Amino acid sequence: MPDECCAPSGNIMILACSGGSNVGQLSNQAAVELTREGFGKMFCLAGIGGHLSGFVQSAKDIPQMVAIDGCSVGCAKAILEHAEIPIKSYLVLTDLGIEKNKDFKLRKEEVQKVKEVIKEACGGEQPVLPMGETGSSNCCG
Amino acid sequence: MEIKVLGPGCPKCQATEKNVREAVTEAGLDAQVDKVTDVMEIAKYGVFGTPAVVVDGEVKSVGKIPEKREIMTWIKK
Repeated sequence: MPDECCAPSGNIMILACSGGSNVGQLSNQAAVELTREGFGKMFCLAGIGGHLSGFVQSAKDIPQMVAIDGCSVGCAKAILEHAEIPIKSYLVLTDLGIEKNKDFKLRKEEVQKVKEVIKEACGGEQPVLPMGETGSSNCCG
Repeated sequence: MEIKVLGPGCPKCQATEKNVREAVTEAGLDAQVDKVTDVMEIAKYGVFGTPAVVVDGEVKSVGKIPEKREIMTWIKK
């Protein structure tokens, strides 16, 4: 078994607000797609909001993390601050010029734009590892 | 006191278990140390990665090998 099989080192934790608007769902969709593409791994912001120790401690111990809020209300940021988790990378989608509304038919070009900005916020491209090597589908849950 | 070391058995998980057991011995505690290797059982703790250490139900460390002195701060009453 390789030394790194279980450690999340090198893997970016992606925390999306996943809120009830187009921008909230854009944050969610971008996080899902980036995870599927091997760029980081989406993690459960609700677990942190619930102050469940496994989620809170995971977010505290992860070296690289990006938090995404759909709008300036900043729910994701507030959750992290409430749980006393240092925010490493952060972005707000309405700051990208995407208007907040209640249209849940997400536009592909906006999802793509959000994904690119998330990658930039994390410092560029990450190596895409096969499933199982990043902890995406293995013991690391 | 109940301590659980979560991890399927990679070198980092083994090193974590070793540090935990040594810390317990050095602290002179009567603590139960269990290794949790079952993936589904590990998933119940909501950790992003392993190894992880749980002390009396609270997750204290995730994705790294905690040093003995750090473990001591969790287990010393």
